[in-house]
Amino acid sequence: MSALIRSMPLLAALLALVLFPQFGSEYYVGLVSRILIVALFALSLDLLIGYTGLVSFGHAAFYGIGGYALAIAFQDASVIPLWQALPLSLAAAAFAALVIGWISIRTSGVYFIMLTLAMAQMFFYFFFESPRYGGDDGIFLFLKPVLMVGSEDILKLDQENNFYYFALSCLVASYLLLLMILRAPFGKVIKAIKANEHRVRALGYSTSGYKLVSFVIAGTLAGLAGFLEGVHSGYINPSYMSWHESGICIAIVVLGGMGTLYGPIVGAFIIILLQNFLPELTEHWQLLFGGIIIAVVLFLPRGATSLYPHLRELIRRPQRGEREPQEAADD
Amino acid sequence: MELSFYLVQLLNAVQYGFLLFLVASGLTLRFGIMGIINLAHGSFYMVGAYLAYWLTDLTGSFWLAILLGLPIALGVGYLVERFAISFLYQRDHLYQVLLTFALILVFNELQQILWGTDVHGVVIPEILAGSIPLTDNQSYPVYRLFISAACIAIACGMYWVIQKTRLGMMIRAGASNREMVQALGIDVNRLFAFVFSLGVALAAFAGMLAAPVDSVYPGMGENVLIISFVVVVIGGTGSIKGTFVGAMLIGLVSTFGKVLLPEMASIMVYALMAIILLWRPHGLFGRAV
Amino acid sequence: MSEKNRKGITRRDFIVQGTVATAGLAAASILVPAPFAIGAQAKVKVGILLPYTGTYAKLGTNIRDAMLMRFAEAGNKLGGRPIEFVDIDSEAKPAKAQQLTEKLIKRENVDFLVGPVHSVVGMAMVKMARVSGPITVIPNAGADQLTGALCAPNVFRTSFSSYQMGYPGGPAMIEDGHKRVVLMYWNYGFGKQVAAAFKKSFVPAGGTIIKEIPTPFPKVDFQAYLTELAALKPDAVYTFYAGGGAVKFVKDFAAAGLKKSIKLYGAGFLTEGLGAAQGDAAEGVRTILHYADSLENPVNQRFRAAFKAATGSNADVYAVQGYDAGELILRGMNAVKGDTGARAEMIRAMETAEIDSPRGKLRFSASHNPIHDVYLREVVKGENRVVRVAAKAQDDPATGCSM
Repeated sequence: MSALIRSMPLLAALLALVLFPQFGSEYYVGLVSRILIVALFALSLDLLIGYTGLVSFGHAAFYGIGGYALAIAFQDASVIPLWQALPLSLAAAAFAALVIGWISIRTSGVYFIMLTLAMAQMFFYFFFESPRYGGDDGIFLFLKPVLMVGSEDILKLDQENNFYYFALSCLVASYLLLLMILRAPFGKVIKAIKANEHRVRALGYSTSGYKLVSFVIAGTLAGLAGFLEGVHSGYINPSYMSWHESGICIAIVVLGGMGTLYGPIVGAFIIILLQNFLPELTEHWQLLFGGIIIAVVLFLPRGATSLYPHLRELIRRPQRGEREPQEAADD
Repeated sequence: MELSFYLVQLLNAVQYGFLLFLVASGLTLRFGIMGIINLAHGSFYMVGAYLAYWLTDLTGSFWLAILLGLPIALGVGYLVERFAISFLYQRDHLYQVLLTFALILVFNELQQILWGTDVHGVVIPEILAGSIPLTDNQSYPVYRLFISAACIAIACGMYWVIQKTRLGMMIRAGASNREMVQALGIDVNRLFAFVFSLGVALAAFAGMLAAPVDSVYPGMGENVLIISFVVVVIGGTGSIKGTFVGAMLIGLVSTFGKVLLPEMASIMVYALMAIILLWRPHGLFGRAV
Repeated sequence: MSEKNRKGITRRDFIVQGTVATAGLAAASILVPAPFAIGAQAKVKVGILLPYTGTYAKLGTNIRDAMLMRFAEAGNKLGGRPIEFVDIDSEAKPAKAQQLTEKLIKRENVDFLVGPVHSVVGMAMVKMARVSGPITVIPNAGADQLTGALCAPNVFRTSFSSYQMGYPGGPAMIEDGHKRVVLMYWNYGFGKQVAAAFKKSFVPAGGTIIKEIPTPFPKVDFQAYLTELAALKPDAVYTFYAGGGAVKFVKDFAAAGLKKSIKLYGAGFLTEGLGAAQGDAAEGVRTILHYADSLENPVNQRFRAAFKAATGSNADVYAVQGYDAGELILRGMNAVKGDTGARAEMIRAMETAEIDSPRGKLRFSASHNPIHDVYLREVVKGENRVVRVAAKAQDDPATGCSM
C-alpha cells in the first residue's frame, strides 16, 4: 500500500506524459520528445555515477555511437527496418562500452574520469577527422526506421506523436529494467561497490566484473538514446560525442538528483527547458545557466528531487500535525 | 627529408612541450597537489590572455601589463576559491567537475561582456622581437626562447617550493591529510586558498606569455583545457617532475605525429594517455588520489 | 559531406518531401489565416538564428546589426508591414541546430528565417527549412551543399559557397607567377571544399600542388606544419584559416621568417577584419574575397559610414552579407506588397533581384547562390586593398542541385 502511495507522483507524471501530445502543439511534442531522449541518456549515466560510483566523463561517446551506427549502416538504404537498425545500434554501443569499460575500470578516481574522457575524445576525433563518415559535417538520414508487418508499416516514426510514444516507451522500459537490475542481487553489489569497494572485494566479489557489466549496461542504454536522437533529428554529427555533451549529461544527473532513477528525468526537464527558455530572457543567458548550476552544486548537492520530501512535508503539515517530525527522521 | 628537418621538428617538439608545461603548471598545482578537478583552467588561461591584451593596450607596455595582471589573476583565484571551490574539498570529484564546468560558462559570458567578441593580438615587446636564422629559409623567434626560459624558471621554482620549503611541506601534508595538518595548528583553509589562487595566477601567466604568439579570442581557453589534463594525468598527479615529462612526451608525440602520421594526429595524444594509464594506472610518476 | 551522403537525397525523397511541404503549407493556410488576410498592419515575423556567444560571436552580431540597419533604412517595414524579430543564439553548436530551427519554424511560425554562420548548423537548419518552411536567407554559412544538394526554392544565400572561396584563387596565383604551391587548410568540411575548388582551377591552368597539408580544426599549433612547409620550398601557399586561427597562422608564418621566401595567399577570412590583431605580420598577404573595405563604390562608402555610426564598429564582409540579406528580403516583400501568401511571386522577385551591394553588383544563380565579382586583395598598412578583380561574376556549379 505504502509502495503504491509512494509511487503515486511517478504514476501521475507518467500519466501526464502519456496525455501530453493530446494537448501540446507539434513543436512542444517535439521538444518533450527530445527531453525524453536526453532523460534516457542521463538515466543511463546515473547507473554509473549514482549507483556504481564510476564518474564517467565520456558517456557521450556511446550516445554518438548509437546514432552513428544507425546513420552509417543505413545512409544509402531505401528502407530502414527498425528490427535491424535498433539491435545494431545497441550492439555497437555495447561493444564500444565493453572495450572502453575494460580499459577504464583498471583505474579509479580522477584517473577514471580522465581516461573515459580520453577514450571519448578519441572517438570524437575519429569521426571528426575521418573522411569516411562525413567528417565534421556528419551524416544525414532522410528516412525513418519502419516496423513492417507484411507490407504494412505499423509504426510511423515520421509522425511526431508516434515518435513521442516510441521514445516514451523506451524510457519507461529502460526505467523498469534498471529498477529490476537494482533490486536484484547485482544491484546490491554495485551499490556496495560505490559505498566501499575494498570491503566488497574482501567479501570475495570480483568488483571489476560487476563494474564492467554496469558500464556496458549504461553504455548500451546511452546508445539507445543516441539511436532515438538519430531517428528524431535525422542527422548525426561528431558534436554529439563532444566532452560538452558528457559534461551537460553529468549536470543533468546531479541537478536532478543522482542515485535515484527519477532524478535524471527531472534533471533533463529542468536543463533542457532552461536551455530553451533562458535565451529568451537575456543575450547573456549562459551566465544565468552557469549560475544556476553553481547554486545547485553548493546548496542542493542531492539535486532538485531532494526538495521533494520537504515539499511533501510542507503540504502535509496542516493535516498530519504532530506525527510529522518522525516522518522527517525517516527520510 | 633531411636530418636538419627532423632537428627543427625536434626543436618544435621541445618548444611545444615547454608551452604545454607552462599551461599545465597551474593545473598541476591545483589538480595534482590539491586534488581539485578544475575544468575552468582554460578560462583562467583566457582571462590571462585578455588581461595581457587589455592592460598592454591601456599602459602601452607588455611588461607592465603582466605586472598589473598577476595580482588581478590572484584576486580572481582567491574569490573563486572562497566563494565556490572551498565548499567542495570534502565532496566527491563529481561536484568539482560540475561546478567548474559551470564556471566555464560564466567566465565565457563575463569575457564577452567585458571585452566583446573581437579577435585581438598582442605585439611582441621590442627587445624580444628579433629572430635567429635556423635553416636557409626558416628562422626562430627570440620570443619563443623567452617562453622556454620562463617555463624552465617556473618548473624549477615550483619544484623548489613544493619539495624544499616549509610552505611546500605544508601543502603536501595538507593534500594528503587535511585533518591531521589542521590538528597541527596550520590554517589549511588559508593555505589552500593561497595555493589555489597561485594556480590560477600561473594559468593566467601562461595566457599572458602566450598572448603575443597566439591570438586572443572568445573560447580560446578550450583549446588548452583538455590537453593540460592529459599532460598532468600522464605525468601522474602530484608530481611536478611528472608534469614536465608529460608535457615533453606530448610535445614529441604531437609534433612528430603531425609530421609522420597526419591522419592520426589528434587521436594520438589520447591514445598515448590511454596506453600510459593501462601500463601505470596512476601515471608515470603519480601516486593514488 | 561525402559523395555518399549526397546520394542520400534521391529524386524520390525530394518529391516526397516536396509534397509533404506543400501539404503542410496548405494545412497551415486553412487553420491559420495568412497574416495579410487580417490586415496590412499584421506583423511580419523574421526569425534570426546566429551565434552571439563563442568564437563566431562577432560574425553573428555584425550580420544581425547590418541587416537591422537595412530594415531601419527602409522604415522598419517590409512591404508595408511592421516587423517582429525572433532572435536566437545558435551558439554555433550543430547539436542544437535542429532544435532551435524547430523553435523558429514550428513555435514562432516565422515568415523569414535568417541564419546561420556555421556551415554544419546551416545544413541542419536548411534540411528542416527546405521541407517545412519559411523563406530562408543564409548570410554566411558557406558549405557547397546549401545551394547544392540541399538547394530548395525557398532557400537563398547572400554570402558565398566554399567553391567561390577556392576556385578564383587558382588563376589569380598563376597570374602572379606562382606555379609550385602548397595547400594548407583546417581539416573540416569547409576547408576541404575550399581546397578542392582551388585545385579544380589551379591544376588545369598549369599549376602544381606540391603537397596538401590539412591541419586539425580548430587547433592552432602550426609550428610542425610550418617547418614542413619551409622544407618543401614552394613558391607560395594557399590557405584557409579564419578568426583566431587566422591570426595565429599569419603571425606564426611571419615569425618563422617564411614571408621572405614563400608568398602567403588564402581565402579572404585569413585577413578579413583581423588587421589590428595581426599587425605587421599580415603586410603583403594576398587573399581572395568578394569584398574589400576600400572598394570604391558609393554604396560601399555610404554603407561603411552608416554602419560605423549605427554600431560603433567597422563594417566587414559579414556585415555586408547581413546587409544584403536584409535587402533581399525587402525586395521580396516589396514585390508582393507584404502578402506573404504570394510565395511564388516573392521567390521570383528574390531570385531575379539585382542588388547594388557594397561588394559591387550582386545577382543570384538558379540555385539561389550569389553571383558576384571576386577580388584579389593585398594587406597594405593594415588594410585589405584591392589588387585587381580575380574573377568577374563568379558563379557556383551547384553540384547536386535539382530545382
